[in-house]
Amino acid sequence: MKKILLSLLAALALIGAAGGARASEGGYAWDKFPEQKTIDVASLQNGAKLFVNYCIGCHSAAFMRYNRMNDIGLSDEVIKKNLLFTTDKVGETMKAAIDPRQAKAWFGTNPPDLSVIARSRAGSGGSGADYLYTYLRNYYRDDTKPTGWNNMVYPNVAMPNPLWELQGQRIAKFVEEKNPHEEGQVTHRFEGFETTSKGTLSEHDFDEAVADIVAYMQWMGEPAQHTRTRIGVWVLLFLAVFTVIAWRLNAAFWKDVK
Amino acid sequence: MAEFKQAPAGAPLGVKFMTWVDNRFPATQLYKEHLSEYYAPKNFNFWYFFGSLAMLVLVIQIVTGIFLVMNYKPDANLAFASVEYIMRDVPGGWIIRYMHSTGASAFFIVVYLHMFRGLLYGSYRKPRELVWIFGCAIFLCLMAEAFMGYLLPWGQMSYWGAQVIVNLFAAVPFVGPDLALLIRGDYVVSDATLNRFFSFHVIAVPLVLLGLVAAHIIALHEVGSNNPDGVEIKAKKDAKGIPLDGIPFHPYYTVHDIFGVAVFLFIFSAIIFFAPEAGGYFLEYNNFIPADSLKTPLHIAPVWYFTPFYSMLRATTDDMVNVLSFILVLGAIGAVVKGKFNGLAKIGAVIAAAVAIFLLKTFDAKFWGVVVMGGAVIILFFLPWLDHSPVKSIRYRPSWHKYVYGVFVFFFLILGYLGVEPPGVWGSMNMMGMMTLDIAQTVSQIGTLVYFGFFLLMPWWSQQGTPKPVPERVTFAAH
Repeated sequence: MKKILLSLLAALALIGAAGGARASEGGYAWDKFPEQKTIDVASLQNGAKLFVNYCIGCHSAAFMRYNRMNDIGLSDEVIKKNLLFTTDKVGETMKAAIDPRQAKAWFGTNPPDLSVIARSRAGSGGSGADYLYTYLRNYYRDDTKPTGWNNMVYPNVAMPNPLWELQGQRIAKFVEEKNPHEEGQVTHRFEGFETTSKGTLSEHDFDEAVADIVAYMQWMGEPAQHTRTRIGVWVLLFLAVFTVIAWRLNAAFWKDVK
Repeated sequence: MAEFKQAPAGAPLGVKFMTWVDNRFPATQLYKEHLSEYYAPKNFNFWYFFGSLAMLVLVIQIVTGIFLVMNYKPDANLAFASVEYIMRDVPGGWIIRYMHSTGASAFFIVVYLHMFRGLLYGSYRKPRELVWIFGCAIFLCLMAEAFMGYLLPWGQMSYWGAQVIVNLFAAVPFVGPDLALLIRGDYVVSDATLNRFFSFHVIAVPLVLLGLVAAHIIALHEVGSNNPDGVEIKAKKDAKGIPLDGIPFHPYYTVHDIFGVAVFLFIFSAIIFFAPEAGGYFLEYNNFIPADSLKTPLHIAPVWYFTPFYSMLRATTDDMVNVLSFILVLGAIGAVVKGKFNGLAKIGAVIAAAVAIFLLKTFDAKFWGVVVMGGAVIILFFLPWLDHSPVKSIRYRPSWHKYVYGVFVFFFLILGYLGVEPPGVWGSMNMMGMMTLDIAQTVSQIGTLVYFGFFLLMPWWSQQGTPKPVPERVTFAAH
């Protein structure tokens, strides 16, 4: 069943990718988010934990109720014990702890609500999950910025690297090159990162952790998505049978028409 | 008043009941006139599914709309959140919402195909002019309905799309700014705009739409359906006055349409359950960001179904106005030299062209863009009088007419594609160092000229060539 579901999803994703032509955003290519994470309950649960620990200090997910996490196998008891920091009711929505006015003073902007962030960030570069997966893994130290951080995907981003303890610190290396289009000008080509201090996770484990957070955000963007595809298979099966019946019924009536 | 009928003694209860009703309301008569004794040509093909499918989608939109309104909040501070509330907390809310959002796009797909069918088989020709005109009015209403409905989720695209389109009205000379203010109810798109669009979307436009649909069908059933051969089936009737090539709509076409409905629902459900965003075309990604009057998105594009017309708007630049003026000059010269009418009419043509050129150059190109965009829809209303072909159906027109339709459809699709994309999507071309052309813009300008040329030159080209002989009876092979 899962295989059918996955292949159906993959087929539709292909259609979506083929049809989803959008303005070319240019810039840094997005990595592919490991799609299977979105149906892996352990990943989603770990993502929820990481999300609560690293994100909702500043970001709300104001349309998302804690107890909706029942859908990814977390009971009210577990949620109450491990995930509630800003409230004591599991029926509450996930509100940030930060005061919006302070946030504005600290970062120059209000941290956006993350409820549907994964849906809003899709584009020609890939899905919203691809974007987030690339974005959260491509921070580097940049002392010219007020926060001391910069990002390959979102240059001059207001948010400092929230996961730096896990990832460690890196600097980006750029090489100067002659601009092929403009005489006498130079461009900076990105040549890779250089780790300056190690984080608590290895590169592989860090990628896995980010993938879990993104999987959770992707799920949170539309908590009904698994129900949707599950019901959808049955709806299409029914309609396939119904189409055959309607076709034969039509033929039965029309055989009289000469 | 009709004679009061009496059910025969000992008749079943059902007959007695219907006799009672029919004495007071023409139920049986309506059933016969519109279903069991409405004789439709028996040679309908694939293209004839889309009328009944449009009706189905209308019902889907109304029913899902009723449930959405129960939970939606038309308030700038609450609208976005209420849509997410529907998606998350309302039982079954997500399916209702996806049916409605997918239904909007499905409506346009089905209606575009339905209109194209009319174009192919000359379904707008005498005596079906009013069927066509009611249909065009429905299309216009549908555009208004879709445009105002799109504001309601109050996302970035909702907001900025509405801002761009309402600002177009401000380009109208003299009354423009006041007109835009009247539409918005404020100086920018705001809560006031949201409330009035909500009102129009859920009650005003649907009422008009339903009335027009009723008129469309009444007019159709009065004159009878056209068919792929463009043959009038009422010309050949049997002894009982039933068209020889006609079959009762019910059961033959009801059962036929059920099959069409099944196939349609399969595709519709595949989108709803597996790709409700349809790659960002049915639900635009940017619209998952709440409306922010201080952050203009880099690229604002209307939803796909408006883009052919939006492209024509964008194509109308100052250069395009010059091209149009030049075409008017050519037209005036052509009228004087080649026109088959008297001197006075020729002078009239020259004066009209001169006035038109003067107006074109006086007012802003932006205004003419609005005129072009509106004109592209309005011109459809005149189709019955633009087509001078001696035959109705494409089947019996000179073969090369198919290429004319082909070019028209090709450019319409290209215009649609370019309307989704930001300007300059195909790069630019240097014209011998004299000027640089935005290729996409040039193509959409050509497309605009093709679109209008197709209709405005139709009185001429539709008469050219030798039509094939039209059969007396419809062509039909038993299934």
